[in-house]
Amino acid sequence: MSNLVLNIKGVNKTFGGLQALNDVNLEIEEGKVHAIIGPNGAGKSTLLNCCIGRLIPDTGSVTFDGENIIGKQAHEINQMGMVRVFQTPEIFPDLSLLENVMIPAFAKRDGQYSFNIFKAASSEQDIIDEATRMLADLDITGDRIYEHAGSMSRGDKRRLELVMCLIQHPRLLLLDEPTAGMARHDTNRTIELMKKIKESGMTKIIIEHDMHVVFSVADTISVLAQGAIIASGTPDEIRGNPIVQEAYLGGAHL
Amino acid sequence: MNFTKTRSDLTVMLIFSIAVLTMPIWLAPIGAGYPDLLQKFAIFGIFAIGYNILFGLTGYLSFGHAAFLGIGSYTAVWSFKLLTMNVLPAIFFAVLMAGLFAALIGFVSLRRSGIYFSILTLAFAQMSYNLAYSVLTPITNGETGLQLTLQDARIFDGPAGEGLPSTELFGISMSGYSGFYFCAVVLIIAFFLSLKIFRSPFGMKLQAIKSNQTRMKYTGFNTRPYLMTAFIISGMYAGLAGGLMAVTDPLAGAERMQWTASGEVVLMTILGGVGTLFGPLLGVGIIKYFENIFSAVNEAALHNFFSFLPGFLENLMVTIITPFVGEGWHLTLGVLFMVIVIFLPGGIMEGLDRIKKRYKTEGASEQTGDKE
Repeated sequence: MSNLVLNIKGVNKTFGGLQALNDVNLEIEEGKVHAIIGPNGAGKSTLLNCCIGRLIPDTGSVTFDGENIIGKQAHEINQMGMVRVFQTPEIFPDLSLLENVMIPAFAKRDGQYSFNIFKAASSEQDIIDEATRMLADLDITGDRIYEHAGSMSRGDKRRLELVMCLIQHPRLLLLDEPTAGMARHDTNRTIELMKKIKESGMTKIIIEHDMHVVFSVADTISVLAQGAIIASGTPDEIRGNPIVQEAYLGGAHL
Repeated sequence: MNFTKTRSDLTVMLIFSIAVLTMPIWLAPIGAGYPDLLQKFAIFGIFAIGYNILFGLTGYLSFGHAAFLGIGSYTAVWSFKLLTMNVLPAIFFAVLMAGLFAALIGFVSLRRSGIYFSILTLAFAQMSYNLAYSVLTPITNGETGLQLTLQDARIFDGPAGEGLPSTELFGISMSGYSGFYFCAVVLIIAFFLSLKIFRSPFGMKLQAIKSNQTRMKYTGFNTRPYLMTAFIISGMYAGLAGGLMAVTDPLAGAERMQWTASGEVVLMTILGGVGTLFGPLLGVGIIKYFENIFSAVNEAALHNFFSFLPGFLENLMVTIITPFVGEGWHLTLGVLFMVIVIFLPGGIMEGLDRIKKRYKTEGASEQTGDKE
């Protein structure tokens, strides 16, 4: 059996009378791209929020690299190597593109707090070089790296956020609907970018509505419906699973 | 920030130092070249630079920074009373004490953000003001204000001889121009530190907190200590300014801590340009200079000024303008502030930027025109 990066065991979460997560068990193996699909309101985002410290599950455990992360704060979980891309792009709109990518690199290098005022940011050549290289992957080069991030298109913002997460070389990357609300050609650019990451062997959890995206990048797929996992398997197994087709895909063949 | 286009620290500091030290010369033609006003420029400059590190970089709007100004002044006067008339210990303790209080107030206030943070700091400042005004009279001398007396211990200087001693730096009296030059040197050092913070990764992270604090947390930064550091540093700047006020005039009163004083530094920072290096200094210069001019104008002077007009017009103009000058100078300030916030939210620095851009595009179009 290969190494487990994330182990979610018996997680329950209720909001008032609503059971958002019902005894969820999930094992994420190292180097795999694990997709979580399910209809709206199935509990996908709740599950992700339980992993990164935004929500605390009522019962159950979440261990990351063998360490319990329930009750840890967002920045501690990030420093452990679990990094999240949000559904609505969370970037620094008032800073330049270059600075947007430099900041996470500082977090990776200097930890959660450092009072480094005697070396100018402009002389952090290693970090500037790495950030420039990563931006070049998005075809952002030359003086464009000094533009304000807030002025970019939505698709570019989301890809920028992805790059901001990648520069931290996370052990586990969580992607929350990375292509939601994107036009087809925009989606394809994002898929290209994600395939590139897949080649680098990074472990990922991806929540996605777009089946085209899911089947083109995922190694394993878990289907969440009404807060419970109803099926897990390879893309081919999920495609042929009658329960999944009934519950989620509405009986249509993929 | 475009790294390739920023001037080097050395160039900036050189220009800045020369500009500050030659203020008595280049401000003389507009009637501002005398030590009292120049000292005010320098001291409030330090106050505003420090305030800008908190408000300009992190976006946390404190309405209570005058408390630290007052604490700095009281501490400095106590140092003059108990220890020595030398200004260095006074400044040192003023900064230290302001830093301690900033740590305390910051610890509580930074649990909240936005308007709640502002209200908390305002509440703390008003509390400090009332304590200084009444409850803590043994320490602050209440309404009268804390002053030097002939009975003070001054353990390093020995008992006072004839008359009250004046503040000094190793024998150099801190009055007149020497007082200004002392404040100017402190201002230059304070500005240097602020420049370092602005251009460091630390400063970049503070700006990132202002831009999106949620992202900062999920990027692995513990934002609270960053905010605490910025708050304490800006509190210490305020304490330094308060200490310098006591150096130039060794007395401290509670009114220094009143909310209007906190509001003034907010005004100066916004007027000049929040989050810019030089903006707050411009704001200080403009407000203090015009305060000086406008508050000196009275009705007689206005009559004199408009005497070239026919009688009824002269009276009309004087009636219109009188409320805006003298005691009513704050009315002018209010109008100016509204105009800036509405038309130039980025302050005077934004105005200068716009002019620069327009000039550049005009220059560029002229060049293309030449080619055709």
